[in-house]
Amino acid sequence: MKLEDCKLGGTHLKSSDFEKCKVLTTEWTPNLGYAWDNGVAIGRYLAELKEGKIIARICHECHRIMLPPRMFCELCFRPTDEWTYVEDTGVVNTFSIARVNWDASRRGPKEPPLIPAVIEIDGATKGMGILHMLGEIGPDDVKIGMKVRAVWKKPEDRTGAITDILYFKPVRAAASKKAAAGRKR
Amino acid sequence: MGMRKVAIVGAGITKFVRRAQETGKELSWQASKMALDSCGITLDDVDMVTLGTAPDAFDGVHMKGEYLADGAGAHRKPYMRHYVGGGTGVFSPIHGWMHVASGMADICLVVAEEKMSSCHPHPQGAFLTIFDHTTEQPLKPTLIWIFALEMNRYMQTYGISKADIARVSVKNKHNALDHPSAQVAEEITVEDVLASETLCWPVNRLDISPASDGAAAVVLASERVARRLTDKPIWIDGVGMSIDSAYWATRDLSYPRYVETAARMAYDMAGIKEPAKEIHIAEPYDPFDYKELHHMEGLMLCPRGEAARLTAEGYTARDGNLPICPSGGALGVGNPIAATGLMKVIEIFLQLRGEAGKRQVPGKPTCGLAQAWGDLMQMGTVIVLRS
Repeated sequence: MKLEDCKLGGTHLKSSDFEKCKVLTTEWTPNLGYAWDNGVAIGRYLAELKEGKIIARICHECHRIMLPPRMFCELCFRPTDEWTYVEDTGVVNTFSIARVNWDASRRGPKEPPLIPAVIEIDGATKGMGILHMLGEIGPDDVKIGMKVRAVWKKPEDRTGAITDILYFKPVRAAASKKAAAGRKR
Repeated sequence: MGMRKVAIVGAGITKFVRRAQETGKELSWQASKMALDSCGITLDDVDMVTLGTAPDAFDGVHMKGEYLADGAGAHRKPYMRHYVGGGTGVFSPIHGWMHVASGMADICLVVAEEKMSSCHPHPQGAFLTIFDHTTEQPLKPTLIWIFALEMNRYMQTYGISKADIARVSVKNKHNALDHPSAQVAEEITVEDVLASETLCWPVNRLDISPASDGAAAVVLASERVARRLTDKPIWIDGVGMSIDSAYWATRDLSYPRYVETAARMAYDMAGIKEPAKEIHIAEPYDPFDYKELHHMEGLMLCPRGEAARLTAEGYTARDGNLPICPSGGALGVGNPIAATGLMKVIEIFLQLRGEAGKRQVPGKPTCGLAQAWGDLMQMGTVIVLRS
């Protein structure tokens, strides 16, 4: 058989076919709501975010400090063992400069691009990243490997959600040294 | 392993279009009927039917498998719908292979369908709910983000430029000019890709395959039946599948380990020791141009980080040493998700039979591979075919 010799189905419709009412369609807009339970591990994670802290879970078998936290280890397939706080700083693993919204609509000319990133959180096992946004930085200045710190909502505005962290902003070298010194004290 | 040999003996496909007048059911019927006719059998000869189609949210039809059953020729037959995201289309013949290899069926009709145009304003909106509902969805992600994040990490790890990657889009859209089903075949340049609208840097408009409507189908048969139906059976010699963790941000985004795992499973079954030498032609999944390169490396068709250079040297062109996506791929023929994977399997089927027309690669290939990938960048499906 050769495709070239076959009459193939599939009729391409053009915008004009609709304008001239050559074809008719039936429309429906669903009105559905969902309430997702946060679960045991993520429930605690969100409660800690409300307090301005990031919490992870440790597996004593593979020794991973896991973020987001989980009550079972998917590698060892056993319960995880304990909670531990990690830093609210991290390293940019990768990033994008997004000019489209979630529904594929374009951001307006005056709206700044969004900068989503995978951020490897300090204190978690190397490579344990989370999706979040970068802020207080221009799109041309973002670099893979850049050190960043969480910018939190004001305590009274936090709701126990991943958005209690507004975004991560770059840590300047001097500020970073000062913070490290502060922690030592 | 005590399994029977299974061959592809027939194929059918529709045109891939942005918006089809036909319903999904009608598209399924067109592809299924063409596949049955191509090997001279009727629905009465078919023992079992399997159907691949991606999220119900595209169509706004719940239990889409059941809705499509009549078009897929499943009336009063054993029938099952499967879905592994973008990996579906190559999983479809693997699913059918299970039925025939196990001895449950002598002839299995495999159908893959997608109608993405029903979802407004854009099917991208339906992708929001693939992200974790609590830790990711509140950030309002689009699927393009994760590809952009992965592409950037891949570029950074191996020092590959956007222009290196754009060559894949140029090649595939060119190849698709010879495919009768093609939706977005055209002659473009690397500069055209780089100058197209930036959606989520580093991803531009022409780095991405389009949303499409379309369907494809193949007929699988046991060895005894296959030899009766055709003198050119194409054997399914290896199948592989692997799924990685849904914690995608924890993964090494520069290398698709799950594709390697799936490939090793298929290569072991097919007795392939050196894939780069023994595979003559391949159709890796290319919904984004960098994915073709990423997948070539995961499939071990070239060393890590080398796929872009090989593409620039013409190694993967239709007349190159290892033709990659001679069909035109998702980037050129179009991307009705489940149907795309099966279109790739059909391309290898036709190439190994020497029936690919103007798309025929030189050198009479005897061993080919198709691969698809999907879910939250975590699913690898691989099939190895031999003449």
